[in-house]
Amino acid sequence: MVDSIVVAEGLHKRFGTTEALRSLDLRVTEGTVCGVLGPNGAGKTTAVRVLCTLLVPDQGSASIAGRDVVRDADGVRKLIGLAGQHAAVDEKLTGRENLVMFGRLYHLGERRAQARADELLERFDLTDAAGRLVRGYSGGMRRRLDLIASLITAPPVLFLDEPTTGLDPRSRNEIWSSVRELVAGGTTVVLTTQYLDEADRLADDIAVVDHGRVIASDSPERLKAVIGSRLDVVVSTVDDTPAAAAALARLTGNEPTVDGTTVSAAVHERAVSLLTAVREMDAAGVAAVDVALREPSLDEVFLALTGKPAEEEVAA
Amino acid sequence: MNAMGWALADGWTVMRRNLTHLRHSPGEMVGVLISPVIMIVIFGYIFGSAIPVPGGGNYREFLMPGLFAMGATAAVMVTIARVAADNGKGVMDRYRSMPMARSAVPFGHTGADLVVGAVGMAIMAIAGLIVGWRVHNGLWSTLAGFGVLLLFTYAFNWLGVLLGLLVRNEETADRLTPLFFPVTMLSNTFVPTEGMPSWLRTIAEWNPVSALVAACRQLFGNPGAPVSDVWPLTHPVAATILWSLLLLAVVVPLATHRYRIAGRR
Ligand SMILES: Nc1ncnc2c1ncn2[C@@H]1O[C@H](COP(=O)(O)OP(=O)(O)OP(=O)(O)O)[C@@H](O)[C@H]1O
Ligand SMILES: [Mg+2]
Repeated sequence: MVDSIVVAEGLHKRFGTTEALRSLDLRVTEGTVCGVLGPNGAGKTTAVRVLCTLLVPDQGSASIAGRDVVRDADGVRKLIGLAGQHAAVDEKLTGRENLVMFGRLYHLGERRAQARADELLERFDLTDAAGRLVRGYSGGMRRRLDLIASLITAPPVLFLDEPTTGLDPRSRNEIWSSVRELVAGGTTVVLTTQYLDEADRLADDIAVVDHGRVIASDSPERLKAVIGSRLDVVVSTVDDTPAAAAALARLTGNEPTVDGTTVSAAVHERAVSLLTAVREMDAAGVAAVDVALREPSLDEVFLALTGKPAEEEVAA
Repeated sequence: MNAMGWALADGWTVMRRNLTHLRHSPGEMVGVLISPVIMIVIFGYIFGSAIPVPGGGNYREFLMPGLFAMGATAAVMVTIARVAADNGKGVMDRYRSMPMARSAVPFGHTGADLVVGAVGMAIMAIAGLIVGWRVHNGLWSTLAGFGVLLLFTYAFNWLGVLLGLLVRNEETADRLTPLFFPVTMLSNTFVPTEGMPSWLRTIAEWNPVSALVAACRQLFGNPGAPVSDVWPLTHPVAATILWSLLLLAVVVPLATHRYRIAGRR
């Protein structure tokens, strides 16, 4: 087995009566992306904060490249970059001043801190906004600046806590391509997200977190194979739904669900494609308005893994 | 560079960051710039018309060392507010996830606030000179007077860091402000202690602010030398330096430790 660069074992963390982490285990192989997937309140941010030395766990241990996050916090800090859910930049400075300041604090020296700031601003398309106060930035610009700030020293391990939540599709794509670039350069990335498609696109492995524990951990392909994709067929009138449901059941071997004029069923076999679906509908004499094969949503993943829908955990 | 050198460099970087904040929003400095003038008008002209100076002399000459000391004491409030405001900010998370010196943030705060305090003091001095305050003991003694004031200010800035980390939010910090008012008033700042009831007089005589005011009066050659024979007032300069160093010795380690563990539980 390849050595894990990020290791968490039996992490527990309690805030008052809320158990944010209950025996969370995580292993991330060097040079890969680990997607930590979970609904609101699952404990994703808490886990990241423990791994980044910002929180001390009540129980359990964690290490980065063999350095313990509690006993050798400073050693860990030299290896990590963090882009948090809430942008960790200084609102009362300009974008460039932020980066230069962090560069100085990473002991790059004045000239290199300045040069590195300009280089990163250029690469992430923030040069125009570099001289403006961060207070006036849009959410997407802040996130990008935050991401840049975590890249100043090109750390070997990068933690991204919901890097694209609340971003428009364009900013989201930009962040995705930056992450891919970094991974190509050898960086190990731990990325939390509420979106299965984000984890699917970026991650080599996905850890599904629920109520402070990892309930499933596998490659996206295998996770999806367990859960299955969904085949949705939209028919023109409600009268056609029984025929469509019967055809879908024959095709997929699974019990379809009907919602208005949409009939949908889980698909586990690769043999089922859009083409075979359309043919099957034709053969059954069903006039399908739309046929689509789609990935399961986070809700469906949870349903499949826990037998109940993903619920938001309320803070105690 | 060794660890100590880096700690100083990091503190310097955070201090520059705080001063850059002020440069971007000069509005925050208005209080520092205007309050000395308001103080001089209120105390110099309104109260001053009714209060006799012990041993005779110009009330405004008696008053100025007290106003300087009041500014030095107010340093604690300036720092509490700034530290409390900074606490919840996301940038603290980044600082704490970086391999920088843990002491850098408190050192940066106190350094920047000391600069702000010095600016306030300079404005106060100019305003004082305009209304007739004078120094009488030559350059070195005058510089020593301001040196003592800045040392005291710095110690109180550190007290502000500790309290700012303890209160955790800006609203609580604001509510603490009135508590510091008596600290300056319960002293020889505005009125001589001779007329106070004896228990109050004892408190006032041992109040570090009294020693500071007496030290300034002595070094600047202003009227109002204390008639008391308690040690801090017969040796006001030494007493002020001792008080300040004592406070620093207690508060610097506590505040640095507090910053180190803040938010980790
Ligand atoms: N500092 C804190 N004090 C008290 N409770 C906390 C604290 N931090 C987290 N919690 C609680 O711990 C639980 C896990 O929170 P966490 O922020 O780790 O979840 P998350 O998976 O990141 O959720 P989200 O997707 O909303 O960001 C929640 O119930 C939250 O209310
Ligand atoms: Mg979170």
